[in-house]
Amino acid sequence: MRWSRSKGSLLPDASAGPPRVEPGGGRLRLLHARTRLVLRSFRNGAAVFLESRIGLLALVIIVLFAVMALSHPVLMGTVWDADIYDPVTGYAFDATEQPAPPSWKHPLGTDPLGRDVLSQLLFSTGSEFVLGITAALVTVAIATTVGAVSAYYGGLVDAFFMRLADLIIALPSISLLIVLSGLFDLSLFYLALVIGVLGGFGGTAIVLKSQALSIKVRPFIDAARMTGGGQFRIIFVHIVPNLLPLSLLYMMFTVTSAIFAEAVLSFLGLLDIRMSWGIMIHTANTGGYLLSGTRYWWLVLPAGASITFLCSAFYLAGRALDEVVNPRLSRRDG
Amino acid sequence: MAGYLLRRVSQMILTLFLILTVTFVLVQAQPGDYASFYALNPDLPPDVREQMRATFGLDRPVWEQYLIHMRNTVTGNFGVSFGHFPRPVLDVLAERLPRTIVLFVSATAVSFYVGFLLGKAIAWRRGGILEYAATISGTALFTAFTPAFALMMIWIFAFRLGWLPVGKFLDPLVWRDADVSSTSVFSLMLLTAAAFLAFASLVSFASRRSQRIGGRRSAVPLLLAGALVLALAWYLSGIGNLALDILRHMILPVATLTLISFAGTMLLTRNSMLETVREDFVMAARAKGLPDAQVRDRHAARNALLPVVTSLIYSLVFAIDGSVIVESVFSWPGIGLTLLEAVRTEDLPLVMGAIVFIGFLSLLAHLVVDVLYACLDPRIRYR
Repeated sequence: MRWSRSKGSLLPDASAGPPRVEPGGGRLRLLHARTRLVLRSFRNGAAVFLESRIGLLALVIIVLFAVMALSHPVLMGTVWDADIYDPVTGYAFDATEQPAPPSWKHPLGTDPLGRDVLSQLLFSTGSEFVLGITAALVTVAIATTVGAVSAYYGGLVDAFFMRLADLIIALPSISLLIVLSGLFDLSLFYLALVIGVLGGFGGTAIVLKSQALSIKVRPFIDAARMTGGGQFRIIFVHIVPNLLPLSLLYMMFTVTSAIFAEAVLSFLGLLDIRMSWGIMIHTANTGGYLLSGTRYWWLVLPAGASITFLCSAFYLAGRALDEVVNPRLSRRDG
Repeated sequence: MAGYLLRRVSQMILTLFLILTVTFVLVQAQPGDYASFYALNPDLPPDVREQMRATFGLDRPVWEQYLIHMRNTVTGNFGVSFGHFPRPVLDVLAERLPRTIVLFVSATAVSFYVGFLLGKAIAWRRGGILEYAATISGTALFTAFTPAFALMMIWIFAFRLGWLPVGKFLDPLVWRDADVSSTSVFSLMLLTAAAFLAFASLVSFASRRSQRIGGRRSAVPLLLAGALVLALAWYLSGIGNLALDILRHMILPVATLTLISFAGTMLLTRNSMLETVREDFVMAARAKGLPDAQVRDRHAARNALLPVVTSLIYSLVFAIDGSVIVESVFSWPGIGLTLLEAVRTEDLPLVMGAIVFIGFLSLLAHLVVDVLYACLDPRIRYR
């Protein structure tokens, strides 16, 4: 009965028939049944997710930004000349004064150094995604492992990781990041790593541990233990996959905080990266263009609005996902 | 109670120790050596350099330097700041800490109160236009990019309308002829605020205990009278205009921090209220025929408050970090701006001192909220 072991709480598909002794066939059949289960729960989840209008809106915004990120290399390869449109080293020779207002050639104008704002915006979108997703993956990888391990073993291991999480929650993270980025040349990847580690050992670990505790007492864990599953196997094959929906939710929130942290640090001029939305605002601010109000709107508004929209889109997507994966919230009548 | 406090304080000390260790490791690991920074800095006279070397043990092995660092921190000896040269770090920080605390405490208090009131109201009447307006604007402000939003506030209220000063702590034109320092005026203001708060809590405690029917109602005039006396004292003291100047500079940062952070409390209160209004005791209160507002405020909201206070722990750290950002945008010379300036100029002693103070502040805030929570919830018996 290999195939019924992993998802003990879900009834095995009756049409799958009794297990055979053929060596390859059982494994294939198991894979097939698992795929169908995953697909079915995905379809159900997607239906609930899309039912909430907020989730749909968030998804549309995220897809829109993804398209923006992908369009930059395409545009650079085809219509945009690298001398003029490069987000860092380009210079708009055609404009008589910098920053130039929006025109047909530069739809969002140019910045005080003569670089095309739209090109900067699109270029930065890609790196924001890379940053957010790297940080989120690191967070989730750490938090699910820590949560599952401390729920499974309890005792000293649990106490250690939970106290550590308490400590990390109490740390003023932006202030620490300011010190870190001030003293080191922090690149985007290391920033993502730091944010991911802080998030992974912090609050997310506590939430995932409490979820893992409720999974640990379900019958299929006992079944796995009875059939001789080792500790490693029980943790990583039986507990962790059941934590993944909830950890997906916390990925969303991590993306929001990572993008926000990057923007703040770049705004303060502390990061060693070439271009980002925060740096765009930093450039405008140090040039003194921000207090001129609406006159140079294209220097601030596109970048500021992008940060707000992408952050809130991931946050709202997380909220909509909450309705799907959080059993306490689903189908609440108010 | 004592055991609980003791445990929390020891946990706090452990965290502080962790912060200290992390900052020490960071400073040691950064490119450029702490020791050579002193040795090669031409601005430092030789005798000062010698003194620094003795204070930080720069010619000793790293683990010994670590121990010295710990001892120095415990005794409050952070060394001398490079940026504010002859002044010791502790002196600089002691001047700036109250400013940050005031900014942060008043913003947290205001945003918590506003968020709680709004959340209560929108949960009570669901589907109203207030709910949509508050939710959408709250979320938008919550996710707005803080520096850009702060700059927008400056542009609107200080630059365009000219109602409030652009930034900084005080207006030099007002203070030119003053013979008192801004720090002493500010400490006096703090004292006044503390006195008023003590008076207010005393009055509210007394009015709650009073058995007389009109006992509660007499509290408001009493509070007004107290405020009037304090205001009069400031007016007669001759430095009232200076205090007013500082207050005027405070409005915009506090308002900005409040607008950014009230939505969190509001949405949480709303969720918690929605759960509470379905409880039996709310229905019982309604069945007794109590007025609507009384059921909402006395029966539902009181019980909905608990999870919101828990979340305050998380929002406090957010607020401290937020005040770092807001301080840097408004040039408010508090701890956050000091940290930022020190990091930019590689003023390492000041960096270490500032991060320790910020860590201490957030831990202290945690402790206060924890104790507050234990006091509010009778089910928690200081385990």
